[in-house]
Amino acid sequence: MKVAIKQPLLLLLFVGLLGSVFILRPPPDHADQLRREASMERYGFCLEEVSKKCGIDFVHQAPTLDPKLDHIMPIVAATGASVSVVDFDRDGLADLYVVNSAVGSKNALYRNKGDGAFEDVAEKLGIAYLNRPGDGVCMGAVWGDFDNDGYEDLLVYRWGKVDLYHNDMGKGFIRVTERAKLPAWVNAGSAIWLDYDSDGWLDLFIAGYWADDIDLWNLKTTQIMPESFQFAKNGGRKYLMRNKGDGSFEDVTEKVGINSRRWTLAAAATDLRGSGYPDLVLANDYGVNEFYANQSGNVFSEIGSQTGVGELSKSGMSVSFGDVFNRGKFCIYISNITEPTLLQGNNLWAPKARREGVEMQYTNLAAELGVERGGWSWGAQFGDLNNDGRLDLFLTKGYISGSDASYWYDYSRIAGANTAIISDAANWPAMKGRSLAGYQHKSVWLNRGGKFDDIAQAVGVTDTLDGRAVVLVDLWNRGVLDVVLANQKAPLLVYKNAVVQENGWVQFELEGTKSNRSAIGAQVKLYWNGQVQIQEVSGGNGYASQNQRRLHFGLGKEATIDRAEIRWPSGQTQTIRAPEIGILHRVKEPS
Amino acid sequence: MFPVFPVVLSSFGIRHFAESLRATKNMNTSDASTATPAPRSGWLFRIDNRFLAPVLITCILAIGDYQYQILESYGRTAAAIFAAIALELVLGRWDAGRWPHLASAYITGISVGILLRSTLWWPFILCSLLSISSKYALRLHGRHLWNPSNLGMSVLLFFAPNAVASLSQQWGNDVWPLLVIWLLGGIILYRLGRLHITLTYVAAFLALSLVRSAWSGDQWINEVAPLTGPMYQLFIFFMITDPATTTRTWRRQCLVAALVAVVETILRLNQVIYAPYYALFIVSPVTNLLEIWWTARQALKKGDPAAANAKNVVTELTSN
Repeated sequence: MKVAIKQPLLLLLFVGLLGSVFILRPPPDHADQLRREASMERYGFCLEEVSKKCGIDFVHQAPTLDPKLDHIMPIVAATGASVSVVDFDRDGLADLYVVNSAVGSKNALYRNKGDGAFEDVAEKLGIAYLNRPGDGVCMGAVWGDFDNDGYEDLLVYRWGKVDLYHNDMGKGFIRVTERAKLPAWVNAGSAIWLDYDSDGWLDLFIAGYWADDIDLWNLKTTQIMPESFQFAKNGGRKYLMRNKGDGSFEDVTEKVGINSRRWTLAAAATDLRGSGYPDLVLANDYGVNEFYANQSGNVFSEIGSQTGVGELSKSGMSVSFGDVFNRGKFCIYISNITEPTLLQGNNLWAPKARREGVEMQYTNLAAELGVERGGWSWGAQFGDLNNDGRLDLFLTKGYISGSDASYWYDYSRIAGANTAIISDAANWPAMKGRSLAGYQHKSVWLNRGGKFDDIAQAVGVTDTLDGRAVVLVDLWNRGVLDVVLANQKAPLLVYKNAVVQENGWVQFELEGTKSNRSAIGAQVKLYWNGQVQIQEVSGGNGYASQNQRRLHFGLGKEATIDRAEIRWPSGQTQTIRAPEIGILHRVKEPS
Repeated sequence: MFPVFPVVLSSFGIRHFAESLRATKNMNTSDASTATPAPRSGWLFRIDNRFLAPVLITCILAIGDYQYQILESYGRTAAAIFAAIALELVLGRWDAGRWPHLASAYITGISVGILLRSTLWWPFILCSLLSISSKYALRLHGRHLWNPSNLGMSVLLFFAPNAVASLSQQWGNDVWPLLVIWLLGGIILYRLGRLHITLTYVAAFLALSLVRSAWSGDQWINEVAPLTGPMYQLFIFFMITDPATTTRTWRRQCLVAALVAVVETILRLNQVIYAPYYALFIVSPVTNLLEIWWTARQALKKGDPAAANAKNVVTELTSN
């Protein structure tokens, strides 16, 4: 063929390839907002923000650290908005505990009055002023009945001191930190309750973020930042505190083989390998995630790389577990960053069918299922928002909402720099009030059975606050999951859920006897309409959050439940045949 | 790890050695500054360079991924390589009537695999296809105007920012990989007679970093920070020194390298994250076209035997 013909054809090929970039590139996010009726008809539910209506006016305040960090204060003081669900007074209604993070600011315990309103009783009960000078600032709180007296006790973790408060029968809280022998100072990013050795007493896992020897208010050096954006191991140490059953805890971290110094932002535990003991998954900032396999309550083996969960270095922010395929097996969802200059992608780790037990392996299906692109993601929770029998996914996001100017250019310069530069806060470019992945809409991913669709704005979730923690909870005992969002430097939001009546549901509230009384770690497998879904009582998951203790199953239309199988942390199993639909089942472990 | 790494790093330099050999064969004028040294003794130079480069680049990929997880995914990197090779085979056979050597396409594919970041598959394939097709579609008298992978990367980064990003990874937490890369990269480029390009660019970058620092008010270290990342090292050692797409004389090469740094500074002052890619994308074709035009014009004036060809070049360039 002659050159005169070839060259135009080659040019045509090139132009064609160029054009395909425009065809293949992801479309910009679109947002269809629907009227309530349309949302109910199309998706089976809609959410309405009602915090003010129900008397909640909490606004989170961020910490202010050493002046040497002033130029990047929004980056280093970007966490602390946390929310956890508890029924602290055992009145059958879910209450909310939210922490604040500025020195001198108050935490709030919103008692659910049952009439649609909440009242803040934190001050009255002695757990409001927990941001005292010298103690550090609160980063989160988790509830667990550590002494098995029937009332949920409170652990508050800080960048600073860790405090344990004993619940005095719902009438007050008594600080028992010294007696409990908890570590004196942990710059904690996460903490959860779990019974790692299944001895019937709740243990504590506390994950450090910053190194423990850093006093963020009196810095001796500015070389406190991660030594790398991908390989940092200069974060805080971890603490596994074994409950001795006499009101005190012992540090068994080293003994059980947990020696991570990564920058942990979230931890969650559940029995992922069917061993009967809870495994531990850590979402780490500036590095790979970790999967600690529990070996019969004696030691933990880090098998992140082997399972696949710890293969790639990302910016882990949140860990949650959900049986998204209704197969009776947990998937692991870990949120990361997916921004135009930092395309990590969130991970939905699904267990490989033929690799179970000790050989457990996971494959990342986030892209295939449509839950990969989550902006600057934070807390994520699974829950059946429309009671159709499939677990949906709620994701909070947004990092720093400032001025119209962007900090991304400067962030990209420092993120790729060598450790000698990135590890020194003095080298980080000043933020000057700019935004970094701010003003982001949340994602409400509706599980369509094999694919998730983001319908956040269509169902009424329209806020663009800098989200951190999210919990799903049936606030008014209506058989639906409401949503509570804790936002950084912004108001706490309560989204009240309205679900179509034709979809059935059932709930289980478990109480251990041989097992820990909170039943943390107990699993329920529900068999209905030819499918099975597994859920577990959690001692803290997502990011800086803890869902309601009771387990909520949506069932879809015309459901017939065959049975619910309960596996208690003690190892005991219990089967409930044909449990009634549309009610809460309170189940006590057979003694 | 340490004893193996230096050998592997040299692979990028060897790539240029191979390409320089081919480039010099096609040059009409002899140019001492770009002449490639003759093969020397030692196993590294006894092997056919066209095979050596792919083998060694594969090693750097494997070790880099084993040690620092530099790859987005094995599958996507493989897709980038296969796409580049497949299109090179088709276009090479169709265009020249013979099967092309695949080393260059393999290297383009592997470069895309290292430099591109995406959670999707298609960008890896498309970036390779764009890169290879540009070599055939965008050329003037047998000379392509853009570095192929620079063109592919720039197009995707600019037009599909929600789908792709560039490598922002580090070589671990230590300084030694950085020093080893600089040392070996420097030695290899010196042997290839192209170190002046890198040094000119780095000197200009550093000098202009003072300007940027003064302009923006940021610390100087912030302006220099990108230079310590692997993306930049790949850029300054292996992309801007590409013989096939750089100008032919020593002085012009230095000028072009400085120009890239200047354009990059303008882009950086406008907060453009992928400034180095775009700077090279802008400067490379402009300077190459200027050189082609200038060389042809000079040949015409001197009554060079290649004057007929040169006349066509001048006519084409001045009429566009």
